[in-house]
Amino acid sequence: MPGAIAQGLIWGIMAIGVYITYKVLDFSDLTVDGTMATGGAVCVMLMLNGTNVWVALLCAVFAGMIAGLMTGLFHTAMGIPPILSGILTQLSLYSINLAIMEFKANQGISVTKYPLIVSQRNVRQMSINNPIFKTLIILAVLIGLLYWFFGTEIGCSLRATGANEAMSRAQGINTSIAKIIGLMIANGIVALSSALLSHYQGFVDVNMGRGAIVIGLAAVIISDVLFGKIFRNFALKLVAVAIGAVIYYIVIQIVLWLGLNTNLLKLLSALIVAVFLAIPYWKAKLDARNTGKGA
Amino acid sequence: MLDLKNICKTFNAKTVNQKVALNGITLHMDDGDFVTVIGGNGAGKSTMLNAIAGVFPVDSGRIIIDGTDVTGLPEHRRASLLGRVFQDPMTGTAATMQIEENLALAARRGEKRTLKIGITREERNVYREKLATLGLGLEDRMTAKVGLLSGGQRQALTLLMATIKKPKLLLLDEHTAALDPHTAAKVLTLSEQIVTENKIMTLMVTHNMRDAIRYGNRLIMMNEGRIILDISGEEKKNLTIEMLMDAFAQASGETFANDRILLS
Repeated sequence: MPGAIAQGLIWGIMAIGVYITYKVLDFSDLTVDGTMATGGAVCVMLMLNGTNVWVALLCAVFAGMIAGLMTGLFHTAMGIPPILSGILTQLSLYSINLAIMEFKANQGISVTKYPLIVSQRNVRQMSINNPIFKTLIILAVLIGLLYWFFGTEIGCSLRATGANEAMSRAQGINTSIAKIIGLMIANGIVALSSALLSHYQGFVDVNMGRGAIVIGLAAVIISDVLFGKIFRNFALKLVAVAIGAVIYYIVIQIVLWLGLNTNLLKLLSALIVAVFLAIPYWKAKLDARNTGKGA
Repeated sequence: MLDLKNICKTFNAKTVNQKVALNGITLHMDDGDFVTVIGGNGAGKSTMLNAIAGVFPVDSGRIIIDGTDVTGLPEHRRASLLGRVFQDPMTGTAATMQIEENLALAARRGEKRTLKIGITREERNVYREKLATLGLGLEDRMTAKVGLLSGGQRQALTLLMATIKKPKLLLLDEHTAALDPHTAAKVLTLSEQIVTENKIMTLMVTHNMRDAIRYGNRLIMMNEGRIILDISGEEKKNLTIEMLMDAFAQASGETFANDRILLS
């Protein structure tokens, strides 16, 4: 169970990135499936080549931001629809990630030889090295930064772009730039999560981001269903998204205990997200039918 | 000052759906002019306003606002010169943001947005006073999401947003058409009040002949992408609906058969 919580928190960081594109910018960004491996690849390879762990982490975030920039340019400068822009970046990242990892599908990094920030090995330890504790600190700092940023003039213009693009332009906001900034921030956050995940599990795999968008959406939707009515503050909403990711991982853990074949997990995740995405739609249809009868 | 010089715009050019929306619009407005625009469906009224706002590029002609040639500028770079209120109350505001946040966005129109805080305490006090002038009680609901407001409240708020930073030109695009008659009258009165108090040059599209006659110091009528009638001064003051319909028949060679206009 501590393992599920630690993993959930690390994926929670990624889910916050998804929240920024999906909810704040209203942009379904599929780049994340690629970025979720890029961050780890950059961080692990730099560390294997002797780079300081914090510098490597920063470079990972930077790499993620470039991926976001690519998707943003596909969409704003080349007029490609959002989903397709993300898919194009995601696909190209597969090759790029392999190239970063010296054309191997995975690369290991040992916690005994390298100063990894979080590690699976310490998950039951009651000390400062516990990955749950460390990830919580990182989450708190990240949420604090985002809360500040989205309250600034630039942050407000990003939120306005997601809320009403026509109105934003009428108020003098360059919505293309706003979208690019948002995508860069979101993918930077996803890359951070990816780097931490590769530390946690002690290796980076080219496929580790596959389906990340679905996990991110699951976390966002779970948080919406459970806390949507309680948490109105932006910072609390981000906290809820992280909690959503933890709940997702606990549920997965339970399902695995019940004996589900691990290979079927992605099918299960997709079905759960599909159902939860459908609930608001079905509810609206049902309400419409009921009011129709009443009239 | 506004100068439109021979503006032309054709949508879907060289296809079966080709539609000449603006066919050589030339219009000069002086500072302080309040011009009402009337015309049937598809006459080009909204298209003219959208061309001024830069929603799409025009095919030919020049658009000069207050001495600045904006013809080639993208929409967001013209925004500092313009205030806009749209027909659909949903268009002018961000529903998921607070009332005060919407105002703060509008107050920064045309300014560089930085990493400074998006809304300051002093601003809040200014907004509270401005909202109070609307007489809708919005000053007590400044942190409410705009999505909770009624159509009339949203249009009033949009009007305030459009003028909170005095624009060179205010574009009102049938901004009361989606409201019930009572609310529409209220929003119109409010519009006139704001326009006259601040002496804002205004272009107001309406489908209501009576409103077109009652408001403003000048009236233009459009048909098939052209301005076919331009009445101002004393002549405008003495206008009647019958005179307008006759003028339309003369200028266009057809009768003004548009239910929406006749009934309103």
